[in-house]
Amino acid sequence: MDTIEKSKVDEIEDTGVKEPVFMPEDSATIDRENRATVGEVFVDNPRMSCRDVNVHYGENHAIHDVNLDIGCNEVIAMIGPSGCGKSTFLRCLNRMNDTIEGCKVSGSIIMDGEEINSKKIDVVPLRAQVSMVFQKPNPFPKSIYENVAFGPRIHGLANNKVELDEIVVTSLEKAGLWNEVKDRLDKPGTGLSGGQQQRLCIARTIAVGPEVILMDEPCSALDPIATARIEDLIDELRTQFTICIVTHSMQQAARVSQRTAYFHLGDLIEVGDTTKIFTNPKHQLTEDYITGRFG
Amino acid sequence: MQQPTEGHTVIRYDGELNRLHLMMLEMGSLVLDQVHTSLKALKTEDLVATRLVLDREHKVDELEIRADDEIVSLIARRGPVARDLRVIMAFSKSITDLERIGDEAARIARIIEEMYETERSHPSGQLMRDVHSMGTLVTNMLRRALGIIDGLDADDAVEMAREQGILDAEFRSSMRRLTTFVLEDARNVGHAIYITLIIKALERIGDHSRNLAEYVVYLMSGEDIRHSLNTPDPTDSPYYNDGPDSQGKQM
Repeated sequence: MDTIEKSKVDEIEDTGVKEPVFMPEDSATIDRENRATVGEVFVDNPRMSCRDVNVHYGENHAIHDVNLDIGCNEVIAMIGPSGCGKSTFLRCLNRMNDTIEGCKVSGSIIMDGEEINSKKIDVVPLRAQVSMVFQKPNPFPKSIYENVAFGPRIHGLANNKVELDEIVVTSLEKAGLWNEVKDRLDKPGTGLSGGQQQRLCIARTIAVGPEVILMDEPCSALDPIATARIEDLIDELRTQFTICIVTHSMQQAARVSQRTAYFHLGDLIEVGDTTKIFTNPKHQLTEDYITGRFG
Repeated sequence: MQQPTEGHTVIRYDGELNRLHLMMLEMGSLVLDQVHTSLKALKTEDLVATRLVLDREHKVDELEIRADDEIVSLIARRGPVARDLRVIMAFSKSITDLERIGDEAARIARIIEEMYETERSHPSGQLMRDVHSMGTLVTNMLRRALGIIDGLDADDAVEMAREQGILDAEFRSSMRRLTTFVLEDARNVGHAIYITLIIKALERIGDHSRNLAEYVVYLMSGEDIRHSLNTPDPTDSPYYNDGPDSQGKQM
């Protein structure tokens, strides 16, 4: 800058024109070596609160001190490279890890004021309350009707056939499948297309009246049209349920979720508003992963 | 330090972003030369130079279209997020501003042609003084902005954005002096109108140059600093009229 310009700057500063509020160091990216969680871990009135969750598979320490609140009626996406612990963490939320030999979960996961890892908690009603949709559609080898009716029947949610019919119809409607299957409810569920099978599994999940739905890569075996229908469904279901979705598709995470959590080698690296994560992540590892510079 | 356009697992993606960056720099150097040539034409009364500026205007437009095609293609194929998304957004906006700088340079060339073709006498050195000083200021601003884009230098970009008042102050004082010349001698009015139009075009170029710096801040940090300065007090304007007898606060 030449002398004339310098004098002008002084003159302007003297006249009281305010400087920009921004300084570049305000938004410095967190270094790769820093593994403390960045972002909004806590929410008001959480549906589930996870504190210092650690998971060991034998000697392997798979998840390290994860703290995360899951809000009511939100879709939270969990992303990260393979082996980062996102599916393991998801399975902690309804104690699915209990079925894995050598798996030890420590820390606290509170739902409705109760510790779900407590020995006095019965996992059967817990898994109805926090139910799961898996990567590959897995309908029972039964009729479409029986696939949906099975859960309510074993949980004793219907007193008679009329009530059970109502649950089946409502669940299929909520899963966006009713119009496609209403005339063939007695046909096998395995005879449906992949996308329809996955929606049948969602209807089966809804039928037992869950509060939280866990989805572990629910669209990875589906074509783009079936994926779009599931994503549309997720958006509708959000008004009634809390949804945690694990996905390898970052575009899907960006499309369906309100909050996103990024896991890396067992650490929860960053969690925050999805739009912010996908436009201006604070942690270098998050940025490296979502921009395709890592893994 | 790694460039923000580099480091992707898909190396071709790096190449595509770097190509866009180079395209923008090429466009930047062309519009800088357009501005420089227009101002030189004004100083030396060189109508060949103004013709060169007008002939090259379509090249700026072509570069804009090529860069826009590249941006649409990148968005469609790569689905950019985070810094990549900011790079593409910032480059896209920069290209629009560069094209407008090119338009202003061409506007100045047309005004010069008209001025020297229609006016019998040439403008006095006193009248031209402000055009030359503002031209130097604006050319320096544009050159600095292009350096910032080239090196993606966020610190200098913030510094440049902070200096918003320099251009405004220069524009205001130029307008005050021009008004005084016209009031002193009404025969100056013809030239004064042309010079006012040129000064206004230069002021626009300076504004677009500052925008370029602001986009680099957004690209590097994700912070949108546009309009982060307080809106200037309207009574500071030389055109502010607070009553029927007033000739403007500053005049």
